[in-house]
Amino acid sequence: MPTPEEYLEIQSSPEFAELRSKLRRFVFPMSAFFLIWYAIYVLLGAYAHGFMATKLWGNINVGLVIGLGQFVTTFVITGIYVRFANRQLDPRAEAIRAKWQPVESDVS
Amino acid sequence: MTTFVAAEQTAGNPLANIGIFALFVVITLFIVIRASRRNATATEFFTGDRAFSGPQNGIAISGDYLSAASFLGIAGAIAVYGYDGFLYSIGFLVAWLVALLLVAELLRNTGKFTMADVLSFRLKQRPVRLAAATNTLAVSLFYLLAQMAGAGGLVALLLDVHGRLGQGIVIAAVGILMIVYVLVGGMKGTTWVQIIKAVLLIGGAAVMTTMVLAKFGFNFSDILGSAQAAVHKATTKGVAARDVLAPGAQYGGSPTSKINFISLALALVLGTAGLPHVLMRFYTVPTAKEARRSVVWAIGLIGAFYLFTLALGYGAAALVGPDRILKAPGAQNSAAPLLAYELGGVILLGVISAVAFATILAVVAGLTITASASFAHDIYASVMKRDNVSDSEQVRVSRITAVVLGVIAIALGILAAEQNVAFLVALAFAVAAAANLPTILYSLYWRRFNTSGALWSMYGGLISTIVLIVFSPAVSGSPTSMLKHSDFAWFPLANPGIVSIPLAFILGIVGTLTSRETPDPALTAEMEVRALTGIGAEKAVPH
Repeated sequence: MPTPEEYLEIQSSPEFAELRSKLRRFVFPMSAFFLIWYAIYVLLGAYAHGFMATKLWGNINVGLVIGLGQFVTTFVITGIYVRFANRQLDPRAEAIRAKWQPVESDVS
Repeated sequence: MTTFVAAEQTAGNPLANIGIFALFVVITLFIVIRASRRNATATEFFTGDRAFSGPQNGIAISGDYLSAASFLGIAGAIAVYGYDGFLYSIGFLVAWLVALLLVAELLRNTGKFTMADVLSFRLKQRPVRLAAATNTLAVSLFYLLAQMAGAGGLVALLLDVHGRLGQGIVIAAVGILMIVYVLVGGMKGTTWVQIIKAVLLIGGAAVMTTMVLAKFGFNFSDILGSAQAAVHKATTKGVAARDVLAPGAQYGGSPTSKINFISLALALVLGTAGLPHVLMRFYTVPTAKEARRSVVWAIGLIGAFYLFTLALGYGAAALVGPDRILKAPGAQNSAAPLLAYELGGVILLGVISAVAFATILAVVAGLTITASASFAHDIYASVMKRDNVSDSEQVRVSRITAVVLGVIAIALGILAAEQNVAFLVALAFAVAAAANLPTILYSLYWRRFNTSGALWSMYGGLISTIVLIVFSPAVSGSPTSMLKHSDFAWFPLANPGIVSIPLAFILGIVGTLTSRETPDPALTAEMEVRALTGIGAEKAVPH
């Protein structure tokens, strides 16, 4: 386990700053996006019944398509995040771990 | 919940239902006893030694999350109200993105056993732990009570047991089984119960969905058309006029009911990532990366399940019809079981009934272990004994707490069996969103955040939510209230989230800025580094 001084040193290192900003620059805008998209859907569901009831083909209407669209965006955002985390976050976290915790002897 | 039942509406054979459920109990008990060798150490009892893989934990999370309310409640709401029932499930699903993007991995790296570990990490231990444990117990108890009361209705519907004594005996049996699972199995056994239940539930729903689709030549539009036609032919008052393919049948009325719906939607999407029993599941995996994989699996399974309930709900409207559903004991909750009987007769109904019971059992076991861990680890060990407590002592206190909670849940469940307590699940989500989520997010992402902000936000969120619900139409003053005959409601919304959630976020900021306390920079550094990189995080116990 690193000492308090080492934690402060890691926290102020450029590698750590980069990891943190990578993470935040991804998760904050993405969270804003899906929350706004969900809010639009909820508001349409509450106030735009006529629009949501518009038939597109057969008995499938706009409301159903937008609702299923929420499923699609949830699955897609999950996929994009996992790809991003595997490629951008994990290697950076791994590099920091390797630099400050070179011997993983406490794992055994 | 109605107790009236006409003999010809009791579907299926109660003995078959009980038999299949008993088989589930025997199999899970066997696995629980085998899986849990000792449960002597706290890490083993509270986290299953952090030895579950991401996919295993993801399946267990969906088992923990998909309660009887999501299965019977959402399918039933879609069958009777149509589209408005679907709106629920979307909130429950999208909510997982909050957990995935903002909470799961950082929480896994920072904490040890409970939510309070993370919240109190760099703040004053005892007051913050006490607040976090209070919220954990409140959310768990509301959720637990809703499940136990729901068990009473389910008994009437599926086992053909009526009358208070019979229902009381079954609720007590469910409670005792849950205590046994938790005491014997600890987190490891509970997790296996949830995995088995999730596989049965999602598998059962998939089979039924395939059967419904096959009846309509795999044309979803035909199901919708038949559902709408069946609803228009309904003779139950007020049902025939509903447009079940568009929103508005349930929440479309007055401006108040629309705002009430928005308030519910807000609590659903922000509540999930603050549910203590969901958060505790992230400690059962060895690394943050496995926590990420858990959520990915959970999102896939939960999303698939809600798509199934869409087909099942409209399928029940089309094939069973709203009149039969509403006249059955349990009313709209009976849509899925009646559909099972329609599709596959006694056997399928028996399987689905057993799955519904298994669902209640697994969810209450998950809630109980979370609440008892929080009491033992946060209140007893940290607040009362100032951390001078051995691991085995924590486990012992947790076991006692589980028994006490089980007894309380049985007693309240029997008392509440005839009450309309459906609002309790929404209340649990509202408390989780208002009292827990702001402090979780602030402590993970805002360095300046301090003890005063945490306490203002946590107690402010908890108290405002409960006060507003007590004085809302959910509790008094309307025909669907818990107390029909008194009226002290002055708050118009049954769902308080739209007020209490923003309030708790603001209180966190105000409380922080009005206090001169700044958190210890070394602890803040440790928490941030640990959360993002996993350096110093709790490791899996090797075997």
